[in-house]
Amino acid sequence: MKNKYSIFSLIKNALSNHENWQRAWRDPEPKKEYDAIIVGGGGHGLATAYYLAKKHGMTNIAVVEKGWIGGGNTGRNTTIIRSNYLWDASAGLYDHALKIWENLSQELNYNVMFSQRGVMNLAHNLQDVRDLKRRTHANRLNGIDAVWLNTEEVKKFCPIINTSPNIRYPVLGGTLQRRAGTARHDAVAWGYARGADAMGVDIIQNCEVKGIKRNGDRVDGIETNKGFIKTKKIGVVAAGHSSVIANMAGIKLPLESKPLQALVSEPVKPIIDTVVMSNAVHAYVSQSDKGELVIGAGTDAYVSYTQRGSHDVIEGTLKAILELYPIFSRMKMLRQWGGIVDICPDASPIISKTNIKGLYFNCGWGTGGFKATPGSGDLFAHTIANDEPHKLNAAFNLNRFVSGDLVDEHGAAAVAH
Amino acid sequence: MFIINCPYCGERDQSEFSCGGEAHIERPKQPTELSDDQWAEYLFMRKNIKGIQFERWNHAHGCRKWFNVVRDTSNDKIHAVYKMGERPPLK
Repeated sequence: MKNKYSIFSLIKNALSNHENWQRAWRDPEPKKEYDAIIVGGGGHGLATAYYLAKKHGMTNIAVVEKGWIGGGNTGRNTTIIRSNYLWDASAGLYDHALKIWENLSQELNYNVMFSQRGVMNLAHNLQDVRDLKRRTHANRLNGIDAVWLNTEEVKKFCPIINTSPNIRYPVLGGTLQRRAGTARHDAVAWGYARGADAMGVDIIQNCEVKGIKRNGDRVDGIETNKGFIKTKKIGVVAAGHSSVIANMAGIKLPLESKPLQALVSEPVKPIIDTVVMSNAVHAYVSQSDKGELVIGAGTDAYVSYTQRGSHDVIEGTLKAILELYPIFSRMKMLRQWGGIVDICPDASPIISKTNIKGLYFNCGWGTGGFKATPGSGDLFAHTIANDEPHKLNAAFNLNRFVSGDLVDEHGAAAVAH
Repeated sequence: MFIINCPYCGERDQSEFSCGGEAHIERPKQPTELSDDQWAEYLFMRKNIKGIQFERWNHAHGCRKWFNVVRDTSNDKIHAVYKMGERPPLK
């Protein structure tokens, strides 16, 4: 049993110079066989393992991760959490996640630093205004908090925004979801890993999947660099590398993997206490608890697995940031990085069974998967345990690309999400 | 971020081009006879290869002509460029 983190454990360990903290999770060698294996040790994969163990009693399971846990997109996103999506299916999915976020630190006994500082989406032209107002109405019909702000109200909510009517993309208003916000992304992976490990889940790092073994129309196990591991159920949560794993199983997915970039500035005193997103100019900004501006840019418009991204993309984003926030003109950027995001044609995720028995995919989150981490894990665990989707992820099946029943959030939730 | 050797204009920065995705996906010859599965395959399913990929590019801010590129998506290195209608170079 793990020691519970509390003020008392903090004091106790402070007295011994913090040298006696227990390991947060074990470092086991893989067993020969598991009841289920999750491929991918990011937030979504670890959350899936956590809920499989907690809600479905499946504790003889493993998470295999080719690098280190949380080293992929979980540690590369801009940590924005919101649920103000247009369509009913998306609203159900993302608000399910948001409701779990609200109690996640208590549940995991791990501070994920969830901060409901609000997310504001700006409108820069008449079409933006119409779309965002429509989305506000749709959100409220789905029980999701959303308000429309006019230009003065935007300025009042975030005073550093340049609301001059004479800029290239003037601020004509915006929407605000007050329950939305940010969380510490690494802590989400670590919290779920610790929780899953405590229930007996093996988290195996530096374990790369090299092949998926099939026995007719069902899965038989995975080939890894640590040998063959037998299992009847494989849940793939490999983000940008989903197609690579799918290829091993001999199936194709409707995905394209592209680099998405983000960058952070030098740390400064608190200047922006919310998250502001602007889809039209492809820029979004918030401030981390360390004081860095966290800036998200767009994707490169071609398939690449390089985890870098092009300079012209961040140049375009920073131009927009500087026009909207002239106060940032002297800021220095400290770090820039890219993550590989798997984008679906309808910009909605896939949480689904496949034609191969025992093979499940949770992918296609594209540029906006972090916000859904707890909900995604919960629903994917349900799908794996019952071999049937939960009603909240039924619409996000792989078959929608055949039936044509797409959940088209591209225009609705906007490009950056 | 890389340089593309346009077969009509020569070497230019990638930002001048737009990518048209996977190449050699053939338009169905008899669209009315396609099943839903075949439509899904044609419209949505992609190889999304990590490694050598054949893809279409358009010199959008140049000659505006389409052509094909063989690129390694794991390191963005371009191995060959060939015009539309030409036989793809062997791997």
